[in-house]
Amino acid sequence: MVPNHSSAAKAVNYLQTRHRFHWGEAIPWILAILVFYFLPGYRLLATQILVMIIFALSLDLIVGYAGIISLGHTAFFGTGAYITALLATNNIPDPIIGLIAAAFGAAILGFLSGWVLLRTTGLTLLVLTMAVTIMLAELANDFDEITGGFDGINFTNSDIFGLIELDQLWYSSSYIYVLIVLFLSFLFIRTIIYAPFGRMLIGIRENPRRMSAIGTPVHQRQVIVYVVSAAIAGIAGALWVQVQGNVTTEVYAFELSGDVLIMLILGGTGRLYGAFLGATVFKILENVTEQVLGTDQPYWQFAIGLVLILTVLFARRGLFGIFEDLGNKWKERGQ
Amino acid sequence: MSPFLNEISTVLVFGLAYAMLLFIISVGLSITMGLMGFANLAHGSFAMMGGYVTVTLVTQSGVPFAAALLISFVAIALLSIPFERFLYRHLYRRSELDQVLLTIGLVFASIAGVTFIWGPDPQLIQMPNYLKGSVDLGFNTFPKYRIFMIIAGAMIVAGLFYGLERTKIGAQIRAAVDNRTMAESVGINTDRLFTWTFALGSGMAALGGGLGIQILGGIKPVFAFEYLVIFLIVVAVGGMGNIRGTFFAALILGIIDFAGKFYFPEGGAFVIFAVTILVLLIRPQGLLGKN
Repeated sequence: MVPNHSSAAKAVNYLQTRHRFHWGEAIPWILAILVFYFLPGYRLLATQILVMIIFALSLDLIVGYAGIISLGHTAFFGTGAYITALLATNNIPDPIIGLIAAAFGAAILGFLSGWVLLRTTGLTLLVLTMAVTIMLAELANDFDEITGGFDGINFTNSDIFGLIELDQLWYSSSYIYVLIVLFLSFLFIRTIIYAPFGRMLIGIRENPRRMSAIGTPVHQRQVIVYVVSAAIAGIAGALWVQVQGNVTTEVYAFELSGDVLIMLILGGTGRLYGAFLGATVFKILENVTEQVLGTDQPYWQFAIGLVLILTVLFARRGLFGIFEDLGNKWKERGQ
Repeated sequence: MSPFLNEISTVLVFGLAYAMLLFIISVGLSITMGLMGFANLAHGSFAMMGGYVTVTLVTQSGVPFAAALLISFVAIALLSIPFERFLYRHLYRRSELDQVLLTIGLVFASIAGVTFIWGPDPQLIQMPNYLKGSVDLGFNTFPKYRIFMIIAGAMIVAGLFYGLERTKIGAQIRAAVDNRTMAESVGINTDRLFTWTFALGSGMAALGGGLGIQILGGIKPVFAFEYLVIFLIVVAVGGMGNIRGTFFAALILGIIDFAGKFYFPEGGAFVIFAVTILVLLIRPQGLLGKN
């Protein structure tokens, strides 16, 4: 092992150890288990938060790491949701098969749209991601004999592995089920991020031209990460409707694309745990606002608009960035 | 009169009226994006507020329709100046994502804001007598309002082109779009130019918001989201900062959208998006955009 005093050795050490698990990374999982045991009344909300974390994580892959701005991520969320629901109503009610099919379906859509869309950049790309989502939403509305339209369709899942029932009353098995899927998705994304592929994504985000010059097939790599992100978003959509046993065209709503982006920005982009913090804070604040002020007026929408403006102006690195700054100040004072 | 010609002329007139509306609202967005490189997703919010100002003036204060349009144009143009000065200006040099986020925040807040005041239901407007009913053009009858829309739109288009191509300020705007640094070095105050152009664009959006109330079936809070995509599409297809391009894009997309919905009531709304994706694939910079 190289001694630790030179700066080069420090860099080597950093690169060799940065992917290792830090003890702090256990905190969200411990919290998730504590919520399950001590706040059973909030399991529905907590389940929704877990699903939104998966969705926000998938968005972080493209927005935070690869630097692809998308306002149409519900295209994949909604497609995953509908694939699962339609399988369930057509005699394939197994939740695991539903998840896998949702991931594949969303990945195929991600490949087709990504391959085409990612040839453009900037505003054009943004418009096209929105256009794809709205097109799908229009289709879902027009073919309401299949999709159930605004009223949606109800379905029942079969038991997982024929053993465990997804209960929609106490959300005990559903909560654990979603938590496990979140954990697996998270491990998968974390592995990608710390692999050379992840460093390359950051390179593309920072300077696509230079990455291209040193031999990275930029478009191809962008499509790959877009497909992976789409598949995970599809899984999130599938989970969302599986735990509710109901799907409506709302899963394609444009507002949802905005919401998930806000969750990510609120927590902090390009740092994995930003999605955890952002989705949790967003959903809890939404719930508190609606409980305190009621839902007869869009108070929450107003508040989140202001929060977003303030975040962009004063805390662009999200809540995690604020914590980091505070932590650094505290350390300085200690010295 | 053959039913075929009847149909074609209906599609053309209704589509043209819609296209004019799209142009009036989108042109401001196109200039803002071309001139300042700023992704202003809140443009639809200015149009929406213009619509609400018009509705309120006409239904509650009894102001004549034409005067209400003019007042809302001036009011929203003035209102937009502090936004540009104190909010947008900080983000001209920041990333596109930041601009998108800030302006989405504005969209959310503005939608909630107008819902607090006017409620979620569409606000309708009583048209003055001279715009009610229909007019017989010999081969077909058309609603007077659509004809008015086309004429008003054509006048605004002509005025804009004249202003941009033949006046000094128009030349300055074109110069700044082409090359901002060069424009500054020959003594054009681009900061002030930005502010005025932004105000003009927002005012035009407000005018469009007022004119569109009748065609779009009332003004409602979700307008800022629902139509934002269409305005963005028009700008992207036309080519950012290119007024001629925006005009052609509005014309093509407006007529295609109406024709799609007319001939295919199911799934017709989908046509405009398919056309957009196709155009942007072949020309990512838009029909008349620079490379």
